[in-house]
Parts: sequence; structure tokens; C-alpha cells
Amino acid sequence: MEKDIDRTGIRLGMWLFLYSEIILFGGLFLLYAVYFHEYPKNFAEGGKALDRIIGSVNTVILLLSSFTVAASITAIRRRSKKLAIFLITFSILCGCLFLVNKYVEWGTKIHHDIFPNSATLQNGPPGTNIFFGLYYVITGLHGLHVIVGMTLLAVSLVFVINGRVNEDRFSMLENSGLYWHLVDMIWIFVFPLFYLVL
Amino acid sequence: MKQEERPEPDDPHVMGYGKLFAIIAALLVLTCITVAVSYVNLGFYNVPIALLIATAKSSLVLLFFMHMKYEGTAIKVSFLSTIAFLCIMISFTFWDVAFR
Repeated sequence: MEKDIDRTGIRLGMWLFLYSEIILFGGLFLLYAVYFHEYPKNFAEGGKALDRIIGSVNTVILLLSSFTVAASITAIRRRSKKLAIFLITFSILCGCLFLVNKYVEWGTKIHHDIFPNSATLQNGPPGTNIFFGLYYVITGLHGLHVIVGMTLLAVSLVFVINGRVNEDRFSMLENSGLYWHLVDMIWIFVFPLFYLVL
Repeated sequence: MKQEERPEPDDPHVMGYGKLFAIIAALLVLTCITVAVSYVNLGFYNVPIALLIATAKSSLVLLFFMHMKYEGTAIKVSFLSTIAFLCIMISFTFWDVAFR
């Protein structure tokens, strides 16, 4: 009794959800753009205060993890289960490393009295306050997405190990991968906007 | 490959490791370029350049990692509609902000 799997339908469903995510972050980027237009100087100063090295390292980490997730789908479809397990585990570890860096970064900022409602920001120029407000909201929301993505990958990993995800049925892994790539794509825009703007 | 390829017209191509590797290499090179350019003060032009590189990078992720290149019409069209809507949202808001 074999039932046909509508893979395109399954992916389309995932994409519909991803569209809503694109619009969600699109709205936040729009907010950033409008205030950047209003306070270009404060935004440039704020951007210089962020650690470009940590930002670059996190970019590379996410890009690498995206690559390993994409490769794990190839691996599962070519029946190399062990390789797939290794690649997914590596991706989840990349996600952990990303969050550790984020923790260090936020920790340093908070230590320097830069966090929403802190005295430094309250008494400083409004543009700087808005820049760091957006920084915490956007990177925070992105961090939550990283956690969700890691959870989805972890579930996929369990399914790969127990054989529920295999060369014939891999939609769970594929959709988790799509989500992970979206998180990566959002970071690709967050990175230059916050860390690289002069 | 040891397994025989079953004809599955519904299926996207299986991305080869070599191709995926080329994509990640390109992504890392673009990351280096965008970080390097950020150290050069080009004034206003830093912003469009950074966004252009970011768009190139996300296109690579989208087309190959998310295999949009191999998707059917439904997913392609719906994605483009989303981007069109995003463009409307951004441009109309700027229309208001810039000429206020």
C-alpha cells in the first residue's frame, strides 16, 4: 500500500510560511531604513560600536551550516545515512556556536550599559537609542529563529537516525533545511546593515 | 551511484556535492569582499554596495541551497509575488518618508 507523496505540495506549504517570515523581517528592515534615513550619523556611530569580527565570524558560521544542511539532503538521497547524520550534527553545533557568540556580544554591550532603557541610551541622542533598540529587536528575533531552526534540525536528526527520514521520505529534513536557509538569508542582510554601515 | 535512478518528474535535482561546494566558496568570497569594502570609506555608496553584495549572496542561497532554481511555477511565482509585495511596502513607505 504505497501512497504517493506530494513533495511539491509539502514544500509549497513550507514556502507559504517562509513568505510570512520574509514580510515580518522585511517590515523590521523597513523600520531600520526609515530611521537610518532620519539619523544617518547616529546609525553610523552605532554600527562602528559593534564588533565587526564577531559579526563576520557569525556570518561564516551560518553560511557553513547552510552548506552542510544542503549537503545532508544530498547525502540522505544518496543513501549515505552516516554522512547525513554527521552533517546535520555539525549544522546544529554551528547554530550553538552562533548563539554563544551572540551571548558574548550582547553581554559586552550590556556590560557597557547599552541595552533598551539603559541610562546611556536614555540620555544619549535619539538616533543611537533607536539604532540599538532595532539591533536588539532584530538580532533577538533572529536569534529566536536560530533556536527554532536548531530544534527543527534536531528533530530531523532523530528521524534520520531512526529511519523515518530516508531516501524516499525526506520532506521533514528538506523543510527544516529551507527554514535554516531562510534564517541564514536574513542574517546575510542583518550583517551588513548593522555591522558594516559606515 | 549504486541505486538505479527512478524517474520522478516531481523531484528537484539532487544537488551534487561539488556544486554545493562551489556555492559555499562563492558565498565566503563575497563575505570577504563585503567586509573588506566596509573598511573603505565610500561615503553614501557603502550602503548600496553592501546591499548589492547581500542580495547576490542571498540569491545564491535561494537558488541553490533552497533549490529555487529547480522548483516549479507555483513556488517560483508565489516567491516573486512576495518579493514584489515587499518592494511595494518598502518603496511606498519611502515615498511618504522622503517627500514629507
